[in-house]
Amino acid sequence: MIEIKNLHATVDGKEILKGVDLTIRPGEVHAIMGPNGAGKSTMSYVLAGRDGYEVTEGSVTYYGKDLLALEPEERAAEGVFLAFQYPVEIPGVANTTFLKTAANAIRKHRGEKELDAMQFLKLLREKTKALNMTDDMLKRAVNVGFSGGEKKRNETLQMAVLEPKFAILDETDSGLDIDALKIVAEGVNALRSPERSMLVITHYQRLLDYIVPDYVHVLSAGRIVKSGGKELALELEKNGYRDFGASEAA
Amino acid sequence: MAAQPETVEQVRAVTEQKYKYGFTTDIESDVAPKGLNEDIVRFISAKKNEPEWLLDWRLKAFRVWQTMEEPQWAAVSFPPIDYQDAHYYAAPKKKDGPKSLDEVDPELLATYAKLGIPLREQEILAGVEGSEGKSPAIAVDAVFDSVSVATTFKAKLEEMGIIFCAISEAVQKHPDLVKKYLGSVVPYTDNFYATLNCAVFTDGSFVYIPKGVRCPMELSTYFRINQANTGQFERTLIIADAGSYVSYLEGCTAPQRDENQLHAAVVELVAMDDATIKYSTVQNWYPGNAEGVGGIYNFVTKRGACRGRNSKISWTQVETGSAITWKYPSCILQGDNSVGEFYSVAITNNFQQADTGTKMIHIGKNTRSTIVSKGISAGKAQQTYRGLVKILPKAEGARNHTQCDSLLIGDQCGAHTVPYIESRNRSARVEHEATTAKISEDQLFYCRQRGIAEEDAVSLIVNGFCKEVLKELPMEFAVEAQKLVGISLEGSVG
Amino acid sequence: MTALHPMTYSTRGADPTTAPALLAPLDRVAGDLPGAGLSWLRDLRAQGRERFAAVGLPTIKNESWRYTNLRDLAKLSFQPAGAAQSSFDLLPTVRPEGEDGPRLVFVDGRFRADLSSTDGLPPGVELLSLAAALTSHGDLLAEHLGRLAAADDRPLVALNSAYLADGPFLRVPAGVQVERPVELVFASVGSDAAATAFHPRTLILVEAGAKAVVVEHHVGRGAGTTLANHVAEIVVGEGATLHHYKSQREARGAIHLSHIAATVATGGHYDNFILTTGARLSRNEVVSRLDGTEARTHVSGGYLARGNQHADTTTLIVHAQPNGTSREVYKGVIDDTARAVFQGKITVCPGAQKTDGYQLNRALLLSDSAEIDSKPELEIHADDVKCSHGCTAGELDDNALFYLRARGIDLETARGLLIGAFLAESLEEIAEPSIRDAFQGIVAGWLEEQR
Repeated sequence: MIEIKNLHATVDGKEILKGVDLTIRPGEVHAIMGPNGAGKSTMSYVLAGRDGYEVTEGSVTYYGKDLLALEPEERAAEGVFLAFQYPVEIPGVANTTFLKTAANAIRKHRGEKELDAMQFLKLLREKTKALNMTDDMLKRAVNVGFSGGEKKRNETLQMAVLEPKFAILDETDSGLDIDALKIVAEGVNALRSPERSMLVITHYQRLLDYIVPDYVHVLSAGRIVKSGGKELALELEKNGYRDFGASEAA
Repeated sequence: MAAQPETVEQVRAVTEQKYKYGFTTDIESDVAPKGLNEDIVRFISAKKNEPEWLLDWRLKAFRVWQTMEEPQWAAVSFPPIDYQDAHYYAAPKKKDGPKSLDEVDPELLATYAKLGIPLREQEILAGVEGSEGKSPAIAVDAVFDSVSVATTFKAKLEEMGIIFCAISEAVQKHPDLVKKYLGSVVPYTDNFYATLNCAVFTDGSFVYIPKGVRCPMELSTYFRINQANTGQFERTLIIADAGSYVSYLEGCTAPQRDENQLHAAVVELVAMDDATIKYSTVQNWYPGNAEGVGGIYNFVTKRGACRGRNSKISWTQVETGSAITWKYPSCILQGDNSVGEFYSVAITNNFQQADTGTKMIHIGKNTRSTIVSKGISAGKAQQTYRGLVKILPKAEGARNHTQCDSLLIGDQCGAHTVPYIESRNRSARVEHEATTAKISEDQLFYCRQRGIAEEDAVSLIVNGFCKEVLKELPMEFAVEAQKLVGISLEGSVG
Repeated sequence: MTALHPMTYSTRGADPTTAPALLAPLDRVAGDLPGAGLSWLRDLRAQGRERFAAVGLPTIKNESWRYTNLRDLAKLSFQPAGAAQSSFDLLPTVRPEGEDGPRLVFVDGRFRADLSSTDGLPPGVELLSLAAALTSHGDLLAEHLGRLAAADDRPLVALNSAYLADGPFLRVPAGVQVERPVELVFASVGSDAAATAFHPRTLILVEAGAKAVVVEHHVGRGAGTTLANHVAEIVVGEGATLHHYKSQREARGAIHLSHIAATVATGGHYDNFILTTGARLSRNEVVSRLDGTEARTHVSGGYLARGNQHADTTTLIVHAQPNGTSREVYKGVIDDTARAVFQGKITVCPGAQKTDGYQLNRALLLSDSAEIDSKPELEIHADDVKCSHGCTAGELDDNALFYLRARGIDLETARGLLIGAFLAESLEEIAEPSIRDAFQGIVAGWLEEQR
C-alpha cells in the first residue's frame, strides 16, 4: 500500500505541491488529471526521487517503508517504476545491456539469482513479442533514434521486464498517435494484476479510454481538488479544468 | 550548476581506486650505472652484441639528441627531468637467453601470471559474455624492463614465414630487414624523445608478415617496468609485406613508485601494397597516486607509413594510465587509396595529464582517414586532444572525418581540443567536429530510476560514450578495456 | 584563475632583430605626437616601445602565428604617414543614398575633420578623434587605453601603443540608443615612394543599457605598400549592446593587421562581423571576453581571398563568468594561390558553468593551389558546459553545380550562385538587414571581379 500524506514539494525554491493526500492499495489503478502546471510531473519525480525536487513537508509510506528516505535506485529496487514522459537517450549503451544491468541490479536487491545472458535474452524475447518490438530495437542504443511511439513502447517493455509493484505512468500518451497509443495501452493492461498498483498521470481523458482507472483525481495548483470514479474523467473532458480554478491551457 | 555531490563522490571513488598492478617483482637484475653518455650507449650496444652499423646509428642519434630541446608545445607541465639520474639499462639476470619457456625464470612467469598475461602456449578462454567457444590464441612477447624475456608461439608462426621476436634477436637473425626499415618511419632526428630512444633503446618487438600472409593470431607485446630509477625505451618495428594482415596488441603496467619514471618508446609500422596493420594499445602504466606523486611519463612516438597502394593502418588506443601522456600515433598515407584510422579513449583522473591525438598526412590520391577521439577528464586532470590533418597538393580526392568528444566529471578538471587542419587540395574533403559536455543528469536519473546504482550508471554511460572506439578493439582486449573504463565500480558497489 | 597553459599567446619565437626597422619612423614623429603633456600617455607609449624593441615581430615559431609569416614585413623600411591631403569623391557607406549620419574618416591614420560628421547622434553621445579626446576626455582615456589590449604578450599591440596618436573614440552614455550606424572609415593611401605605416587606436565605450551599431570600412587607394596596424579596445557595459561590423577591402599593396579586444559585462551583448576581401596580407584578431554573467557574444565573418592574398582570422572567446553564450560562424572562399587561416579558440574559465559555446568554420577551395589552415580550439575548465566546434574544407558540390547547369545556367553563374549561397550562412549573422545587404553587395562585387 502507498500512502501519500500532506506532500509538499518545491522546485528551485518554488512550491509546486501544496499538500497532496492519496492512498493507493495493491491492484488499484489511479489516474491523476489536471491542467498544465498543476504539479503532475513534479509528483512523479518526487515519488521517483529526482534531485532538485525537494520535499518540504509530508510523507510517503510505501509498504511500511519511508519512501522519501530511499535513493532513486533503492526505490526502483523496491518496485517503484516511473515511465518517463520524455524517455532519455543514452548513446552507445545497447538497450539489452541497459535492461539486463537494471534487471539484475533489482534481482540482486531482492535476493534473487542474477540472470545470465542466455536466460535474460529468453525473458526479453517473451516480453517483446507482446509489445510488437523488433530485435533491432533491443540492439540499438537506449532510446537513441527511437520514434515517439518506440520510446513509449520501450518504457512499457522495461516495466514488463522489471515487474514493479507500483508503476507511475507520466503522460504516457503524449506524442503518440492512436495506433501507438493502443499498443502501449494493451501492454500496460497486460501488466495489471492484483499485486500491482498504478498511477496514471495524464492531461487528456483519451488515455483513460484504453487504460481504465479505478479512481480519478483532479490535481490543481498542487492539491487534489476532487476525486471520483472513472466517470469523473468524462466530466472533465466535457467541462475542462475551469471549474477547478485553472484556465484551460494548451 | 556545479557537479552534483554524488558525481563528485563518484569521482573520488575513481580517484581512490587501487592500482592493481602496483606490485614489484624481486628479481636479480643487471643494471647499467646511472647516467647517459656515449659510454652508456656503447655499453647497451655491446650488451646486445650489436653490429657496427647499429652502434654508429645510436651514436649519431645521441649526438643529435644532445643538441635538441624538449618539445614545449604540449599542454602538459612537469618539473625538469634529470636525464643523468636514471639507469638506461636494466635486465633480469640470466646466463644465456632462455631457449624455451621452461628456462624462463619462474619469478618472471609468476609476475606475468599475476598480470593476467598468458606466457603458456595454451588456448585461453575469453571471459566474454555470451561467447561459447574458445577464442583464438594470442602470441605474446613479454618485455620486462629493458629486455624481452619470452616470446610465445614463435615456432607456429615461423611455419608461415612470420617473424615475431624481440628486436634484439631480429638484429642478430634478420639484420637486413632491421637495417632496411629501422628509422625509416621515425628517423633518428625526429624529436627529442624519439631521438633519445634511438640512442638507448634496449628491446622491443619485431614483426614481419610475408607477402600474402594473414597472421592467424593476435600478436601481443606486454611491457612491464619493474626496476626503480630506470627509463624504458623500447622500440617496435612491424612490417606488413604486400597483401598481408596483422593485428597487434600492446599492454603496459608498472609498479607503484614515488618517483616518476620515463617511458620513451618508438613504434614504427610499414604497410606495403594491400597490407593491413591493426595496432591496439591498452596503456595502463602507473598513473601516480591521488596526490599526483609518482607515475610514468609516457612520451611515445608512434608512426605508421602506408607505403603501398590500398594499404591500411589502424591505431586503437585506450589510455588510462601514466602521470603524463604525450603521444600522437600517426599515419603517413603515401600509397594511393591508403587508409589511416585513429580510435582513442583517454581517461585522466587525479593529477594526470594527457596531451594525445594523431597526425594524418595525406600524400597519395584518394587517401582516407578517420579520427574518433573520446576524452574523459575527472579529478584535477588536464587532457588535450591534439591532432593534425594535412592534405598535400597531390592528394586528389582525399577524405578525412574527425570526431572529438570530451566528457568532464567534476569542476576541477580540464578538457581541451586543439585540431590543426591544413588542406592544400580542393578536391579533398575534411570534416572536423568536436563537443564538450558533462554526463547528463537526465541520463543518470533515468538509469537510477531503473535500479542501477549511480556509480554503475556512470560506468554504463561512459562506456556508451566510448563505444565507437571500444568496438574497434579485438574481443579479448575489449572486455579488459571496458572493465578499465568502469574501474570505478569496483570497490564502491555492494 | 588557475594558470591556463601558455601555448597560444606568448611571445615565444618573436624576433627582436625586426624591431628597429618598425620603430625607426617613431623617432621622427615622436615630438609631434599629441598629448605630450600627459604622463600616463608618455608611459604607455614608452612601455609599448620598450616591449616591442625587446621582442620584435612574431614569427611562425609562435604557436599563434604558425600559419602567418610576417617575414616580408620585417624586410621593409617604413616612413611615417604624411599629412594626407587626398580628396575623396565617394566615401564608402552602408547608408541608403541621400541619408547622412555620424561618420569619422581617417586617412593614413590621420583624422580628417573635413570629411567627418556627427550628424544624427542623440544628445550625450560622444564621437570624436582620439587626438582631440586626449584634451577633452583625458581621464577617461587614461582609464581605458592599454587596459584591454595588453602589450606584454602581443608585440603588435605594443607597437601600436608606441605610436599611439589618433583613431576614433565613441562613448554612448548609459541608456542611450543610437539608431543610425556610426561609420568609421579608414583609408590607406600611402605613397609610391616608400612603405607607409600607421597605427590607429580605437576606443568604444557603450555604457550600461546603451545600444549602438558601428560599421568600419577599410579601403585602399594607390599602389604603394601600406601597413595598417589597428588596435581597438571595446567596453560593453551591463545590459548594453554593440553591433560591430567591419569590411576590409584595402588595396593589394596593403598589409592589414588588426587586434580587437572587447569586454562584455553582465547581460551585455557584443556582436562582431568581419568581411575580408582586401589587402595582400591581413590578420584580424578578435578577442571577446565575457566578464559578466549572462553575457553574449557573436563573432562571425567571411574571408574571400584570391591571387596571392593571405587572410588570417584569429579569434579568442573567453567565458570568464557563468551562463554566457557565444556563437561563431565563419565562411571562407579561397582561390588561385591564396591562403587563408582560421584560428578560433573558446576558453571556458574555471567556474564559468552553464556556458554555451558554438563555433563553425567552413572553407571552400576554388583552385588547386589554394590553401586553408584551420585550428579551432576548445579549452574547457568547467564541467557544466555545452561547447562544440565544427570545421570543414572542401570544394563546390559537383552535384549542385551540375544540377544548375542542367537547368541552363552557365558554369560561372552557377559557381557564383553556389558561392553566394555558401557565404550567406555567415552573412545571416548580421542582425541589421541594411548592413547585411551592403555586405552582400561587397561579396557580389568580389564574385563579379572574378568573371
